[in-house]
Amino acid sequence: MHPVAESLRRRFPDVVTGSREALGDLTVYLRESGALDVFRALHDDEEFRYDYIVDVTSVDYPMDADRFEVVYILYSIPRRHRIMVKIRVPESHPVVDSIVSIWRGAEFMEREVYDMMGIQFRGHPDLRRILMPDDYDEGYPLRKDFPLVGKGWRDDFSFVPKYFENLPPLPEGRK
Amino acid sequence: MESMEKEGVRSSQETQELERREITLSTLRQAVLNGLDSSIKTDQFLLNMGPQHPSTHGVLRVLLDLDGERIKKAVPDLGYLHRGTEKIAEYRTYNQIIPLTDRLDYVSAMANNYAFVRAVEKLLQLKVPERAEFIRTIVAEVQRIVNHLFWLGTQALDIGAMSVFFYTFREREVLLDLFEKMCGARLTTNYYRVGGVEGDLEQDVIDALYKFVDTFEPHILEYNTLLEHNRIWLARTKHIAVITGEDAINFGLSGPTLRGSGVDYDLRKYEPYGAYDLVDWTVPLGQNGDIYDRYWIRIEEMRQSASIIRQCLDKLPSGPFMTDDHKVSFPPKGRVMHNMETLIHHFLLVVEGFKTPPGDTYCGTETPKGELGFYIVSDGSGKPYRMKIRAPSFVNMGAFDFMARGYMIADIVTIFGTYDIVMGECDR
Repeated sequence: MHPVAESLRRRFPDVVTGSREALGDLTVYLRESGALDVFRALHDDEEFRYDYIVDVTSVDYPMDADRFEVVYILYSIPRRHRIMVKIRVPESHPVVDSIVSIWRGAEFMEREVYDMMGIQFRGHPDLRRILMPDDYDEGYPLRKDFPLVGKGWRDDFSFVPKYFENLPPLPEGRK
Repeated sequence: MESMEKEGVRSSQETQELERREITLSTLRQAVLNGLDSSIKTDQFLLNMGPQHPSTHGVLRVLLDLDGERIKKAVPDLGYLHRGTEKIAEYRTYNQIIPLTDRLDYVSAMANNYAFVRAVEKLLQLKVPERAEFIRTIVAEVQRIVNHLFWLGTQALDIGAMSVFFYTFREREVLLDLFEKMCGARLTTNYYRVGGVEGDLEQDVIDALYKFVDTFEPHILEYNTLLEHNRIWLARTKHIAVITGEDAINFGLSGPTLRGSGVDYDLRKYEPYGAYDLVDWTVPLGQNGDIYDRYWIRIEEMRQSASIIRQCLDKLPSGPFMTDDHKVSFPPKGRVMHNMETLIHHFLLVVEGFKTPPGDTYCGTETPKGELGFYIVSDGSGKPYRMKIRAPSFVNMGAFDFMARGYMIADIVTIFGTYDIVMGECDR
């Protein structure tokens, strides 16, 4: 096992549920409760030093009991090592702790995850939609049950002028 | 004499105005001497900037909370160019996604292509022929020069030095014409393929590239004569938008924006790909973390890119420019029309795409703007189950409020510029 995963398992046996090494990447799976302590250790402790936040993202598995997977990608500049951390949350309670207090760069990334997948971040300073309009209430675009096209045809929207019906009268002398 | 009279008139008007606001001219003068402290009453107000502002390089809106001319808070409002690339990608085969990546950062399309095909190749564990690796490195560095020339011209234009723009675009045209020769397009190039590149580097392009890198250094000196000792340029860039290395890392900044603060983080050195570990080059680092240092770094990076291009051209090996693993590469076109099995093979690659093994991977590439990463989840089909684009412009915008606070409203434009922000990539 990778030394980082082994050390994490030893120190947080209740939170770390597993680890995997594939395609040269180390992945660590965490439980939602207590994950913030693990992140703090990953950032602060001398043996980890994952000081650089690469990305926070999410994947939707509609068939699974814990539907959403939040993926954190961290990098350690002094140790030149990358790690992926994954947390599963159920659809009924899609909430994880915000890591903005550790990596401030996570603020926009978590807002994007909230915007696109509808996962809430507990303790986020400003959790609003970021790419979609603020008043958008059609759902969360990157969920698998959100269609690529077909949220109604153009004619279904009352504010769009209807073509081919109720055309304004033509000016005099025009056909 | 006449001008002095005019000045006299104006100052008396000013005095009247100030008396009306119960501030005398002497307190104002004193305040100016004290460095604009709190004795001037300034209004706090909210200003909306954008989304249609020429300096935002696209459509970006910022809400500015101002105290007089000083920025107290700047809230970026993104998403005006959101096209749902990640959602569309879930319904496209990998080869169909390459043209979508062109439209992310539309001033350096080659770099986006490179980042995407590298992520897919990592997922497939595919080995790319050596000549293809060299061609990719050369083209990526040409793209870096194109991008930095574009950045330099527009940054100077934003600040008010118009002539730099004309000089940098002169060289940019030469390189864009080469892109056109290589792949038929100047901006949305769609040149990289999973397993190689679309076409070989022809001899006339190689000659033209040699000619370009040989004459490029005098051109850089030419741009520097316009800016290096320009007092306005120095006043507008020195000690503006300063960020320490520690803060820059914490915000996840990347590219020249991070290296301007002296952090040695360049994926081309850290996780060498292409031919970067076979040539000799250095990563320029800044010291002060201000806009001037980031300008200097981009200038140095252009020099390094020219050097990388020359060394790669010298070492360019012969051989195929596309992998012969026909699970991912198309069969030769000449045989498709004569051989039934080859036709079926071609058809399946177009309709279903090549299959990737189930799993997920993250692959970051050093593009001109920073670390462009693709996180791809595959379920074993020919389309990605989920594709996340880690766009450097988006992450850099996260630090915008932090970096803009306390500076003047006119500096907003230069801070946009220093990120080298392109909204197509930021909003995806």
